[in-house]
Amino acid sequence: MADKIATRQAYGEALVEIGKNNSNLVVMDADLSGSTKTSMFAKEFPERFFNMGIAEQNMYGAAAGLAISGKVVCASTFAIFAACKSFEIIRNSIGYTGANVKICASHAGITVGEDGASHQTFEDIALMRTIPGMTVVNPSDATATKKLLKQIVEMEGPCYFRIGRAAVPVFYSEDDEITLGKGKLIKEGSDVTIIATGIMVNEAYEAAGVLETEGISVRLIDIHTIKPIDSGIVIKAARETGAIVTAEEHSVIGGLGDAVAQVVVKNAPCPVAMVGQQDTFGESGKPDDLKKKYHMTSEDIIEAVRNIVRER
Amino acid sequence: MDINMLNKKAVEVRIGIIEAIHNAGSGHPGGSLSSADITTALYFDIMNIDPKNPGMKGRDKCIFSKGHAGPAQLAAMALRGYFPIGEFTGTLRRIDSRFQGHPNIKIPGIEMSTGSLGQGFSAAGGMAMANKLDNDPGKIFAVLGDGELQEGLVWEAAMSAAHYKLDNLIAIVDHNGLQIDGRNDDVMTVNPIGEKFESFGWNYTVIDGHDMIAIHDALTMAKESKGKPMCIVAETIKGKGVSFMENQAGWHGKAPDDEQYARAMAELNAAKAALK
Ligand SMILES: Cc1ncc(C[n+]2csc(CCOP(=O)(O)OP(=O)(O)O)c2C)c(N)n1
Ligand SMILES: [Mg+2]
Repeated sequence: MADKIATRQAYGEALVEIGKNNSNLVVMDADLSGSTKTSMFAKEFPERFFNMGIAEQNMYGAAAGLAISGKVVCASTFAIFAACKSFEIIRNSIGYTGANVKICASHAGITVGEDGASHQTFEDIALMRTIPGMTVVNPSDATATKKLLKQIVEMEGPCYFRIGRAAVPVFYSEDDEITLGKGKLIKEGSDVTIIATGIMVNEAYEAAGVLETEGISVRLIDIHTIKPIDSGIVIKAARETGAIVTAEEHSVIGGLGDAVAQVVVKNAPCPVAMVGQQDTFGESGKPDDLKKKYHMTSEDIIEAVRNIVRER
Repeated sequence: MDINMLNKKAVEVRIGIIEAIHNAGSGHPGGSLSSADITTALYFDIMNIDPKNPGMKGRDKCIFSKGHAGPAQLAAMALRGYFPIGEFTGTLRRIDSRFQGHPNIKIPGIEMSTGSLGQGFSAAGGMAMANKLDNDPGKIFAVLGDGELQEGLVWEAAMSAAHYKLDNLIAIVDHNGLQIDGRNDDVMTVNPIGEKFESFGWNYTVIDGHDMIAIHDALTMAKESKGKPMCIVAETIKGKGVSFMENQAGWHGKAPDDEQYARAMAELNAAKAALK
């Protein structure tokens, strides 16, 4: 767990690996190929890369056309311009048609940092979850990014793949099995379950370590596939540990927390607390400082777990 | 108009840009520097504004639709007296600062929050419509990037501005030929620009965007435009004024390190001294 690699970097590398065996893969970008790392694919396979310029809506519309014509398309830009700006085009041209487009959105969340509120996206998971048939995936580290990207390219149909800007610890090893649609049990525990996604998985892992020393037995689950969610693993956690804390680098409205709460409320009601962006815009600053100010660190998860255990 | 004063202010704006971005450790120097002369002309020559009364009725408004180049606007505003230059250069992009990575409407004098390309131009059109409704004489100046013109929204805004005869709206395109991934011509062709606006029902003129007299003349003419909105295509050099940043796509969104900062400041200070 020593190395730090941004999930966007792993995404760029994985695109090249997949492109070698899959000549049907087409990659698109909207003038951010250096940032999203699709530039790596562009260099290797220039004939299968299209820079669409600063025109994200046209990119997703054209991606639908390419996909409906038989290609599998990974189309990248920042999450704010993918999920938010292009939402209706994604909904109608990609979701409604079931087009085989993978919306690979980078620079999600508060860790965008200095660019500030106009670029920090906390709404993308919520938006994408509402589209029927859309698979929504938020990998936690470089290893998971590579393993999951391979699976979503093989899978038929639309998918939203959320990756980040900041370098984050490599959490998983090559031997870890990471399967699309299946929650990953990282650690067993009996008092409480932390369910995390994306870069919050590592924060949750650190939190679990601290809480164990306080005598709280914590189960930890990585939900990388937020839709369709692995309800089995969530229901089991609710029944066996009786309390759940969710953690995501996203609004607490409409994201992982809501997805988990829906499963819990319908099947095995128990207290659920949500760590995430609390219905407010972000601001400019250093990613680590912003994570603290907006309460998305291991400290905040620890606090939430202590509270939920105390109140039970 | 005092050409020497304006040219000197433009260098000071550039110094402010480099100071702020170097201090912040991130930001967009290339497109800020290319629009520095236009911005200086707007704030020190053309616009009817009062820094002591930023909400003055009937004022002209400048909207940086290419919001990433906000430091050019903020530097000009600071020098014009809206807020202390040191607060801007010392806190840009820092946590808890009001000087955000992209223009923020909460700062008195900033008329619109921007950062998502294309949207500032749409809002500028709306402000021009409001001024028509209110018989407000204020002009709306929107500064756009050439890469930004690739956004479909820009052309929706251009179409409606002509339809509603918004002759109080002036678009200034900072035509530096570059965007993030390289040359406009390699990424997505936007030329010819003036002709596109013309076919959308606009008047247009092409000028050297670093020639203060040409900028003055074009903006003065644009303020007098009748019946149609006016587009000024300003031919510029990305990174203008810092030799090693000029015409380099790599300087779009990167802060200078200490050594580069020292070199840039030496060049700008020499340019300022030469203008005395
Ligand atoms: C809608 C949108 N898409 C993408 C971006 C990311 N972005 C910021 S600046 C930029 C390039 C802008 O190029 P140009 O308009 O030519 O600006 P300039 O050369 O004047 O800096 C891009 C793609 C953005 N801010 N907004
Ligand atoms: Mg440009």
